[in-house]
Amino acid sequence: MINLEGKTALITGAARGIGKEIAIKFAETGCNIAICDLDKEKIESTIDEIRETGVEAYGEVCDVTSMDSVKDMVKKFLEKFDKIDILVNNAGITQDTLLMRMSEKQWKNVIDVNLNGTFNVTRSLIRSMMKNKYGKIINISSVVGLMGNAGQANYSATKAGVIGFTKTVAKEYGKRNIYANAVAPGFIETDMTEKLSEKAEKDLMNNVSIKRKGKPEDVANLVLFLASDLSDYITGEVISVDGGMRM
Amino acid sequence: MDKKILETVKELTAEQLGIEVDEVNEKSSFIDDLGADSLDTMELVLALEDEFGIEISDEETEKLKTVADAVKYIEDNK
Repeated sequence: MINLEGKTALITGAARGIGKEIAIKFAETGCNIAICDLDKEKIESTIDEIRETGVEAYGEVCDVTSMDSVKDMVKKFLEKFDKIDILVNNAGITQDTLLMRMSEKQWKNVIDVNLNGTFNVTRSLIRSMMKNKYGKIINISSVVGLMGNAGQANYSATKAGVIGFTKTVAKEYGKRNIYANAVAPGFIETDMTEKLSEKAEKDLMNNVSIKRKGKPEDVANLVLFLASDLSDYITGEVISVDGGMRM
Repeated sequence: MDKKILETVKELTAEQLGIEVDEVNEKSSFIDDLGADSLDTMELVLALEDEFGIEISDEETEKLKTVADAVKYIEDNK
């Protein structure tokens, strides 16, 4: 049984979808929760839900693409909690289109949130984790970062980038008892995948061995494992949670 | 140079780098003489920050090459 009592986790983009599910799952094991997102109302309702588990939980509006906004958010959370043991870089967006139609803006927007956002938050927290000589960093990548996907040149590039970043963090700070792993979800039922056309969905599902779409909970269970001491000899790893989409 | 600060810096340096205190003197360069890598240097800076209750920015960290540099910085900023 996983017990995260006495620990604090910061989860980005946690007002809905996979991030929210991770936050709730962590809270159920006694972990204090710090979340950030862009959507103030959704942050508040999510925090209310998390607090029902009895843990301490706070939310901040934060734009992960802005280093200033991130630094401010991290500072506020470190004042409230003293230390942050677990970081889940989950905030992410898609702006799908074929490469030949992709504007520079669509490319840059996705890089900015998914890749630069991951850098900004990790960079702002790593010093504090070094001081505590402890940290579990879990970055949400994607199966498309491993195999590519038509219509997602920008998104796949960021998710592959996150994997390289994760491995480097694992190498730089392993000695300091800081772990970094990436999770690569496949087709998970969230607002993000709801935008997919029926045909795209059917094509994707053809390759999934376990004939159902994943749930946010399926991803959250893996993230929880990586945040716990059950995974204390695993770092720099990418673990897929995709029902066998990529083998 | 403040003897007490010097002794503390020498002790922390030896502890961080896993060497004997008498291998460290005020002229020792962390990287060239004591074999510290960049992560060791960061760790030492964090230990100094804790010990003396100061903040050493990343830019300042790069300037602290020797034990004497660190002692001087601590004296000036304590």
